[in-house]
Amino acid sequence: MNKAEILIIDDEPQIQKLLEIILESNGYKVQTAVSGKEGILLAANHPPELIILDLGLPDKSGHEVLKELRSWYTKSILILSVQDSEDAIIAALDSGASDYLTKPFRSGELLARIRASIRRNTINPSITRAQFADLTIDFAARTLLKNNQVVKLTSTEYNLFTLFAKNEGRVLTHQFILKEIWGVGYQLETQYLRVFVGTLRKKIEDNANHPKHLLTESGVGYRFI
Amino acid sequence: MQFAISLALVLVVTIVCFFSSNYIGYRVVALLLLVCVSLLASLFDILPVLFAALISSLSWNFFFIPPIFTFHVSTTEDLLMFLMYFVIAMVNAILTFKIREAESKARDKDEKEKTIKLYTTLLNSLSHEMRTPIATIIAAIDTLKDATHGLTKEQQNQLLEEIERAGMRLNRQVENLLNMNRLETGILLLRRDWCDINEMIFTVIQKFNESACEHELIFHPTESFPLVKIDSGILENVLQNLIHNALQYTPKGSTVRVMTAFSNEILTIVIEDSGPGIPESEIKNVFDKFYRLPNSKAGGVGLGLSIVKGFVEAHGGKIDLENKAEGGVLIQLTLPVEATFISQLKNE
Repeated sequence: MNKAEILIIDDEPQIQKLLEIILESNGYKVQTAVSGKEGILLAANHPPELIILDLGLPDKSGHEVLKELRSWYTKSILILSVQDSEDAIIAALDSGASDYLTKPFRSGELLARIRASIRRNTINPSITRAQFADLTIDFAARTLLKNNQVVKLTSTEYNLFTLFAKNEGRVLTHQFILKEIWGVGYQLETQYLRVFVGTLRKKIEDNANHPKHLLTESGVGYRFI
Repeated sequence: MQFAISLALVLVVTIVCFFSSNYIGYRVVALLLLVCVSLLASLFDILPVLFAALISSLSWNFFFIPPIFTFHVSTTEDLLMFLMYFVIAMVNAILTFKIREAESKARDKDEKEKTIKLYTTLLNSLSHEMRTPIATIIAAIDTLKDATHGLTKEQQNQLLEEIERAGMRLNRQVENLLNMNRLETGILLLRRDWCDINEMIFTVIQKFNESACEHELIFHPTESFPLVKIDSGILENVLQNLIHNALQYTPKGSTVRVMTAFSNEILTIVIEDSGPGIPESEIKNVFDKFYRLPNSKAGGVGLGLSIVKGFVEAHGGKIDLENKAEGGVLIQLTLPVEATFISQLKNE
């Protein structure tokens, strides 16, 4: 089915082996690198559809590798790391990681993130409609449909939803969202974001208390699926 | 600083004595100054005390031993007195210092023994806590690999589930240890940010709902609850630990209820269960590190509640635990917080 190529940069042989099995059994082609240097070389020679990057590498920090890759590599980079502090996650996302998963991870979750990331690579920026389960957004008409019923959104709510929809499956940090929607200078006003995510959830979720689309990434931001 | 205080005290006593030496006699002054030096010796380091002994002996000689205002001593008796004063003051200073040194050594030794005991406890319970799941994993995998057993699909699934549970348990232990370390080393930095408490509690509960279907876990959100400024990662961990405990130590079918309230800048979160409760005599110990209730079931090293308490206190809050009259445990967290009400914002 999907023959997308994935590059794994991780120095732990056990994790490498495991990832190879998980990914290959799901139809992906896998390349592996055990150091940052090797990973960058492999990616340059043969750019993969997605890179899975560990932050603790023997030769250089994963953050450095991430920055180097990001100077030319535009597709998805998924961080898979034992570092689980909010600061580490935000730093990685700010340096251009597409997504972040902490070890230990569940393979189902990993595969879902990979699918979303790869799907994002292929999204045509000029599309006019996008569908997410029961939600359909029509960018041209600026309307959102839930189960084919129009959802009335305020202008801010619509902008917020569009931002999430265009970054499906991706963790957006609080600061990033605030800057995009409210502008520079509002990056610390997270209370705005909490309020609007609350009202948006009431409109788009079946049960706002158990959201299925707009998920909270504790202390980091939100992810729309 | 200690030198200045020593000097000041000797000066004050000297001045007071100088004006009253007609009534008390200059030999009594020596005793008063000695009292001064002894007092200083019981509080200060050795050097300031020796300094005090030196200047007090000189000042006694200069201001009190006739002829006054000279360091000259006219009688053999006074000379002897002066020398004895000097020696006694010095010996006093040195002896007091030695006693205090011995005391502090004994204290250090006590502390060291306590630390060693704590770490031994930690290692013992940890190796047990870690080996149990590791043993489960290895044995279950051996069984799965050994095809001659002819396991049913059902049995295979059970073994896989045991491996999963063991992995989760190991992960929880590591997390608790890391959190304990964050608290002990004081590197816990709070990242306070606006948080929707209802959303946070639902997120925590959702994680449990996947695994805890044998209990009833209830949360009725208070509508129009304010946003509060807290470290949501840490508070999530606190709630996770408390709910995990409540589920772990109450029988199947019990109810665990989470409730929230806000007034006067105080956020209150209550977690109560309908389990057997905790013996009254043990309640004072439950927040201690490595403390576990007598006869409590296997699993856990007794870190959870001590971490919870540390986290809550880092927030400037407090945690109380009591048995309810109708049975079950009630844990109440009270946290002072900055709050903002949603209605103050306009949505356009």
